[in-house]
Amino acid sequence: MAEEKRLMKGNEAMGEAAVRAGCDAYFGYPITPQNELTAYMAKHMLDKKRTFIQAESEVAAINMVFGAGATGARVMTSSSSPGVSLKQEGISYACGADVPCVVINVSRSGPGLGGISPAQGDYFQSTRGGGHGDYYHIVLAPKSVQEAADLTYEAFDLADQWRMPAMVLADGMIGQMMEGVSFKPPKDPATRIAKPWAVGTSSNRPVNHVDSTHLDPDEFEAVNRARFERYAEMKKVLPRYEEHDIDDAELVLVAYGTSARVSYGAVQMARKLGIKAGLFRPITLWPFPEKRMGELADAGKKFLAVEMSMGQMVEDVRLYTHGKSEVFFYGRCGGNIPTEEAVLAEIQKILKK
Amino acid sequence: MELTYGHPKSLLPIQTKYCPGCGHGVIHRLITEVIDEMGVQDHSIILNPVGCSIWASLYFDFDSVQVPHGRTPAGATGVKRMKPDHLVICYQGDGDLAAIGTAEIVHAANRGEKFTTIFVNNAIYGMTGGQMAPTTLVGQKATTAPYGRDPIGAGMGYPIRVCEMLETLGGSKYLARGAVNNAANTRKTKQYIRKAFEAQMRGEGFTMVEILSQCPTNWGMEPVESVEWVESDMIPFYKLGEIKDELAGSANAVKEAGK
Ligand SMILES: Cc1ncc(C[n+]2csc(CCOP(=O)(O)OP(=O)(O)O)c2C)c(N)n1
Ligand code: SF4
Ligand SMILES: [Mg+2]
Repeated sequence: MAEEKRLMKGNEAMGEAAVRAGCDAYFGYPITPQNELTAYMAKHMLDKKRTFIQAESEVAAINMVFGAGATGARVMTSSSSPGVSLKQEGISYACGADVPCVVINVSRSGPGLGGISPAQGDYFQSTRGGGHGDYYHIVLAPKSVQEAADLTYEAFDLADQWRMPAMVLADGMIGQMMEGVSFKPPKDPATRIAKPWAVGTSSNRPVNHVDSTHLDPDEFEAVNRARFERYAEMKKVLPRYEEHDIDDAELVLVAYGTSARVSYGAVQMARKLGIKAGLFRPITLWPFPEKRMGELADAGKKFLAVEMSMGQMVEDVRLYTHGKSEVFFYGRCGGNIPTEEAVLAEIQKILKK
Repeated sequence: MELTYGHPKSLLPIQTKYCPGCGHGVIHRLITEVIDEMGVQDHSIILNPVGCSIWASLYFDFDSVQVPHGRTPAGATGVKRMKPDHLVICYQGDGDLAAIGTAEIVHAANRGEKFTTIFVNNAIYGMTGGQMAPTTLVGQKATTAPYGRDPIGAGMGYPIRVCEMLETLGGSKYLARGAVNNAANTRKTKQYIRKAFEAQMRGEGFTMVEILSQCPTNWGMEPVESVEWVESDMIPFYKLGEIKDELAGSANAVKEAGK
C-alpha cells in the first residue's frame, strides 16, 4: 500500500526509492544537478548502517559499484553527464561481466563541461552502450518525481533479473523539481533473487570468477551471443510506453522525460484547436518500444520527435518506422527547454493548420 | 614419512603462462602458502589486475573479481565493504598501481580500506611489452625510453617509491617492501604478507606489501642475471623492510617486549 504523499525533489525521491529498494551500498562523486541525491544517500545509508562512500572520482565510484555488485549486493551510483562519461569504462566491464547495478544519470547539457541546466544529449551514450564493445543495458526515462522514484525502486529488481546495469536517465529538470510523491514500502530482502554467480558467498561450490576476459575467441563469441539472446528476450517483454490521443492522431509526438511533459501540454493545446495530435512517450529507452512504433507507422501516422538535444532519439523513431513514415524533429539544446507554444507551432506548421 | 614441502592447496597444480624466471609465479606461491597456513582459502577473494597477472584467477583456487586497469583498489573497496569477513587481496602491477590507478590507491589507502594490496614492482610494463613504468629506474631502458629513463632532459620524471608515498596517509597501517630474488628475501617477503593478511583479518586498516619482482623478458636478461639486477640496481633505490608499521598487534608486541 502506498504511503501518504510527500513534497520532494526528484533527486531526493530517487534516493529514498533506492534506500527502500534495499540498496546495500552507494558510491558517488559530487556533480550538479544531482548533488541532493548523493547527500540524501550519505545521510540515509549511514543512518541505516549501510555503505556510503564519497569516491575520489566517478571512475572510482563505478568500480566500487562493480566490486560490491560482484558480491551480489544491491548497489548504486549516480552522476550527471560528464561524470557518466567517466563511468562508461566501468559500465562496459559490468555489462561484460553481467554485474547488476543501478546507475542514475541526472543529465545536463553538453558536450564538454557544458552547463548545469537540463538536457537530453546523452541519449546515444545511454542507449548504444556508451563504452567500448558490443553491449546494451536497461535505460528507464521518468517524466515526473513520482515516476523517478518508481523506476529507481524497480531498477534494482530489473538489474538483478536481467543481470546488467539498469540506468535511470532523468534530466536535470526531473532531478531538481519538487512534486508530490508517495513511496512503496521497503522491499523484503527475502524477495531478492539468488545470485549463485557472486563471489564470497559460499564455500561449498566451485570458485566464482566475476570477469569479462576470455582467452578463446570462440568461447568469447558464444558468451556474447548468449548475452544477445537475453537482449532479444528483453525486447519482447520489457518495452514500456505511455500514449495519449493516439488513435485518431495524424501526427504523433514522440518524447521522453521533460520534453514529454512539454509535448503533452502542446498536444492538449492542439486538441483544443481541433488538431489531431497525440503523444507517444517511451519509458524504456532501451529496449525501445520498437514494435509499437512499427504499428503506428503501419497505421499511417506522421511523427514529430521533440527532444532537448540536436536530435538523437529521432534516429530511433526513423529506425523503427522503417522509412514508412514522415518523421519530423524539433529540439532545443544548451540547457533550454522547449515551450508548449513552440511545440504547438511546430505541430501547426507540419499539419498546415 | 612426513611431507615437509608440497604444493599449496589454494594454488592449482597447473602450468602458468608466466615467462621463465618471472617473479609473479613465486609471489602467487607465497600468497597461497600464507592463505593455506591461515586456513582462509574458502574466505579469500582476489582482484587480479590488468597486466601480466590478469590470468592470476586461473591459478588461484578461490573467487576472483577483475576490474579495469588501475581500478583494482576501487573494486577491492567495493568487495571488502560488502564482505568484511573475507580476505580480500588487491593484486597490482606498477603500471596499474602507480600510473593509471594512482588516484585509486592513494584514496583507498587514505580511507584505510581493510584489504591488502600486493604491489608487484617489476619496474616495467610487462604485459604490453616493456614500456616505461612509473617505477622504471633512472637510466633503465624501455621501449618508450629507448635511451634510458631520463628524468629531466626528456622529461620522464623520477621513479616513484610507492611505500614512502603512502606512508604519510593516516589510513595506511602497514607498508612493507620485499623481494623474491633470493631465498632469504623471499622468506622475509612471506612474513610481510602474513603480517599484512593477519592485520587485515583483524580489521586494522590499509595494508600493502610491495614486492620487487623480476621481468627477465622485458629487461632483456637471462633469469639469473635478472635476480642479480634486482640486488645490484633495484634494492639500492627501493630499500627493503617495513616502511610503516602502525599495527595494533605490533604495538602490543612492543609493549610486551618492554615489560
Ligand atoms: C584502460 C587501459 N589502458 C591500457 C591498457 C593496456 N595495458 C594492459 S596491461 C598494461 C600495463 C601493465 O603493467 P603493470 O601494471 O606494471 O603489470 P605487469 O604486466 O608489469 O605485471 C597496460 C598499459 C588496458 N588494458 N586498459
Ligand atoms: S613479461 Fe615479465 S612480468 Fe610478464 S610474465 Fe614475462 S617475465 Fe613476467
Ligand atoms: Mg609492471
